[in-house]
Amino acid sequence: MKSVETKYLESREELLSGLGKLNRRQFMKVAGAAAGAALAQGILPPHSFTPVRVASAATGDAGGFRFAYISDSHLYTRDKNDRFVRGLLRAVDDVNRMDPQPDFVLYGGDLAQLGRPEELETGAQILKNLKAPVRMMVGEHDWYFDMGEKWRSLFGADNYSFEHKGVRFVTVNSVVEAAFWTAKGLTPAERMGTVAGLDNGTQSSFTVGDANRAWLTKELEGVKNETPLVVFSHSPLYKLYKKWNFWTDDAEEVQKILKRFDTVTVIHGHTHQVLTNRIGNISFHGMLSTAWPWPYAPQGLPEMTIQMSRPDPFDPNDGCGDGEVTVNPDGMVDKLYNLWNRNPVTVSRTYMKSNGKEDRPPKPLLASY
Amino acid sequence: MRARVIRASALLALLALAGVWILRATRSADAASALGKDTAEVTLCDGQTKVEFAADAPKTPESGQKIADALMKKWREKNPNVDWEAEELTHHTIAPAADNKDLVGSPQGATYGEISERDVLLWKTESERFVVAGSKVFHSGAELGSTIGVSCDMCHPDAANTHPETYPKYQVQLGRVVLLRDMINWCIEHPVRATPLAADDPRMRALEAYIYAQRKGAALNYGRR
Repeated sequence: MKSVETKYLESREELLSGLGKLNRRQFMKVAGAAAGAALAQGILPPHSFTPVRVASAATGDAGGFRFAYISDSHLYTRDKNDRFVRGLLRAVDDVNRMDPQPDFVLYGGDLAQLGRPEELETGAQILKNLKAPVRMMVGEHDWYFDMGEKWRSLFGADNYSFEHKGVRFVTVNSVVEAAFWTAKGLTPAERMGTVAGLDNGTQSSFTVGDANRAWLTKELEGVKNETPLVVFSHSPLYKLYKKWNFWTDDAEEVQKILKRFDTVTVIHGHTHQVLTNRIGNISFHGMLSTAWPWPYAPQGLPEMTIQMSRPDPFDPNDGCGDGEVTVNPDGMVDKLYNLWNRNPVTVSRTYMKSNGKEDRPPKPLLASY
Repeated sequence: MRARVIRASALLALLALAGVWILRATRSADAASALGKDTAEVTLCDGQTKVEFAADAPKTPESGQKIADALMKKWREKNPNVDWEAEELTHHTIAPAADNKDLVGSPQGATYGEISERDVLLWKTESERFVVAGSKVFHSGAELGSTIGVSCDMCHPDAANTHPETYPKYQVQLGRVVLLRDMINWCIEHPVRATPLAADDPRMRALEAYIYAQRKGAALNYGRR
């Protein structure tokens, strides 16, 4: 009996030796047909030289820019778990190969798995290899061992804002949990262990919290309504599924602060999947993880979300990846999910503007159970 | 909750046993001299945990209760993790087992008489305890023996996307028909990087129980890709 692998290698050998028998004319025909088929499906590999030129031509030269993202690497130290470390290294390679380079790289939070100083240091060391400047965001896995002390010493404030090419960017800490640990007398390691379990019901819900909301309001005071606004938060700034903290408990109050702006985009981590939502003037986009994909929540999935294909457990990187965001002159973004070992998925501004009627991303090959 | 009911009945049983031990208490000459009067030593059914009390203590239920409480207190100090099932349930929820309440009062053959409230409570409680044990293994890299700190819940919160209802099925990537336990072992070996479990390993049995329980209500559909 032949194993699956042997059968596959044999059929591959047969195909390749067949290709060798083609003359130049026949080969061009086959290659052309293959490229045509790829184009017909809208597949443009995101990080190779030529297609990037095509993509930037498509957004027009009248302005606009790109930034890349990497998120949710959940690092242990190298000696404890090389798998997650290799995930982040792959993402760093992806971004460094982008040509032209992105204006900056957003890191979406959960750099560490259990918030230990040595985990954060491992991550910081790897991220130093990025050629483009990095903008950091904090996740709950970075925070709840020492309440962000190490993270802040490495990366600075957890709330900050900056302006880039006419767009206002705001990064806000959205993983503030009410102190469930005090009454129980938990140690820092126990507190972190509790928060690290997605389905651990002992913890509290994520919030932006009074202090950070007040900061956000103040930070946006002088910003005009027509200035495009992009918000980075670790949790989705809406209510999807409370049990897994795919949720921000004071989401409505945060949305109220963002309401006056013409165009708002929220880019969030935590959910490890292709996730799309639109509430009024606000577009929400999730980010992929470099460590593992999460299943879709059993309820509350936004209508705008077209799910990514069910990950294949036999492909260790399936459902993981990184990506990029093109900010167009009108402030709306095209969000690209660079799913490793699969076709990239773009959720375009046209799709968002038309409330899901036009330019729909491809349907998943295999739906969730 | 359910686990507590069983433990409460275990406690009652211990109290009863403590009563028996009172009757068998032995006089301790050394202790008597230390205290200046006669004392009796009471040993718990574990044969190790002991308390002393005055030999002339009144033989009332209240007095017996005091002795039993003292014994239980000592025993709990020696066994701090005895409440692990209740503890596990504060962290992770499990789908409830069928309560079979509709069967109470109906006959089940001459041997056992009719089904009682106690019967259905026992069935439900014990089934759920099995599932709670599975939840503990499912959520612990250490229990699974992971060499890289990975547990099942990291990819499958609440056992989502484990689809036990689709097994047995032809697993394309393996080129053969597999059961749920084969896929559990595949995950244990690869993403979790631990040693595969024997089919009758208590951890494997518990994992299967937890995963099936979490998909309660899903229609069986074996072979589904």
